[in-house]
Amino acid sequence: MINLKNVSKTFGKQHALDNISLQFPKNKTSVIVGPSGSGKSTLLRSLNLLETPEAGEYEFNDQKIDFSKKLSSKTILNIRRKTSMVFQSFNLFPHLTVLKNVMEGQVQVLNKSKEEAKEVAEQLLDKVGMLDKADSYPSQLSGGQAQRVAIARSLAMHPEYILLDEPTSALDPEIELEVLKVLLDLAKEKQSLVIVTHNLTFAQRVADKIVFIEDGKVGFDGDTKDFFESDDQRIKDFLAAMTLQNI
Amino acid sequence: MSAWDIIRDATPQLVSACIAYTIPIAIVSFIIGLTIAVITALVKISHRGGLFNIVKAFFYFYVWLFRSTPLLVQLFIVFFGLPYLRIAGILPDGIRLTPVVAGIITFSLNTGAYASETIRGAILSIPDGQWEAAYSLGMTKRKVLWRIILPQASRVSLPPLSNEFIGLVKDTSLAASITIVEMFEVSQQIAAENYQPLIMYILVAAIYAVICSVLTILQSYLEKRVSRYSVSN
Repeated sequence: MINLKNVSKTFGKQHALDNISLQFPKNKTSVIVGPSGSGKSTLLRSLNLLETPEAGEYEFNDQKIDFSKKLSSKTILNIRRKTSMVFQSFNLFPHLTVLKNVMEGQVQVLNKSKEEAKEVAEQLLDKVGMLDKADSYPSQLSGGQAQRVAIARSLAMHPEYILLDEPTSALDPEIELEVLKVLLDLAKEKQSLVIVTHNLTFAQRVADKIVFIEDGKVGFDGDTKDFFESDDQRIKDFLAAMTLQNI
Repeated sequence: MSAWDIIRDATPQLVSACIAYTIPIAIVSFIIGLTIAVITALVKISHRGGLFNIVKAFFYFYVWLFRSTPLLVQLFIVFFGLPYLRIAGILPDGIRLTPVVAGIITFSLNTGAYASETIRGAILSIPDGQWEAAYSLGMTKRKVLWRIILPQASRVSLPPLSNEFIGLVKDTSLAASITIVEMFEVSQQIAAENYQPLIMYILVAAIYAVICSVLTILQSYLEKRVSRYSVSN
């Protein structure tokens, strides 16, 4: 269980996260939505400590982090080993083959032997339908293929949570589908996911809970169904705007 | 004696000086220089503060010093000047280095200063997303650097570093001025004997050109090898 209490983060004068309290339950899919620049990405990146909020508490299972104190590198590494990120721009390692991209974290961080890591990598590449590209380099992949490899790389770390930052925003709609299918499968397998997305159709389909972020504040936190049927005018406006965008 | 005879007699002597001094001095200085350059670049890009700022200041001073003074003057200071650095009790006789050691120290420090900026630029050219992806897997900063960033940076810095190595090979001719009997010094000695400076200096220039051409071919081979991952299908 991830539990945030009164978390705040500013960039200069701007409040990226303004006193946010939220929970992300295990074995569920939580989807974060909101207008551009609302702080959703900052929130997600804070869970992996790629961003460090200035105030508030972060509980990960039994581990408690107080953001007002300086974090030790041990704490940071520990959290990162339990959460792994999938990025909008994939960020595969261009100098390593697809197979080695998925092996790298296992060997360097989990200290697995190369044989062991290779076996896991091949299994996961098979799972995301990319085993036939194991020896290719990232530059030889389409966006959808690259993102599926990135998901395999993330799964290889056996993270408790996978954090996905707009995983399909850089993809064409017909390619987006192949990535969404993989994510739907993971959700079905009860992998804990936290997804930032603009794709509301996908959100509605996959989410166990929706978090709506606006101006760095939590505008909604609850059931998927309740969100899409909400009477709140701001949520209605947001949904209307997003649907128009999607035409 | 025809020009051909002169060339035939002189070439073996020049080539042996090249093999004995020019090439080894260039290679050893470049390896030491690159090591210094990587360390300097890493210190400069570090975000660490506190007492580490003193270390940083030292490296900034070093790069500034060697980029702001002529290489020939640096060679003179290290070889002819340092023996006069007499400190009573600690260094009564100054620092006396053999010509080759003085040469290698100076060439290494000079190369290190220039190459450090090349490597620093190459590291900074790697997108933040690479750092973030590696960090998010739980890698330590050291592992991110060695496994993810430096391999990519080395590819970016290969052309400018090749440039620096080619420059260094030619700069070793300055070692003639600190009594090292390298290739250019040998050509001067032969020219003084046979009174054929035009032929001798063109001949030695041609040998430098051959070495540098070989290095250029080697560079394009290396570039193809390290960039194989960026060839899209």
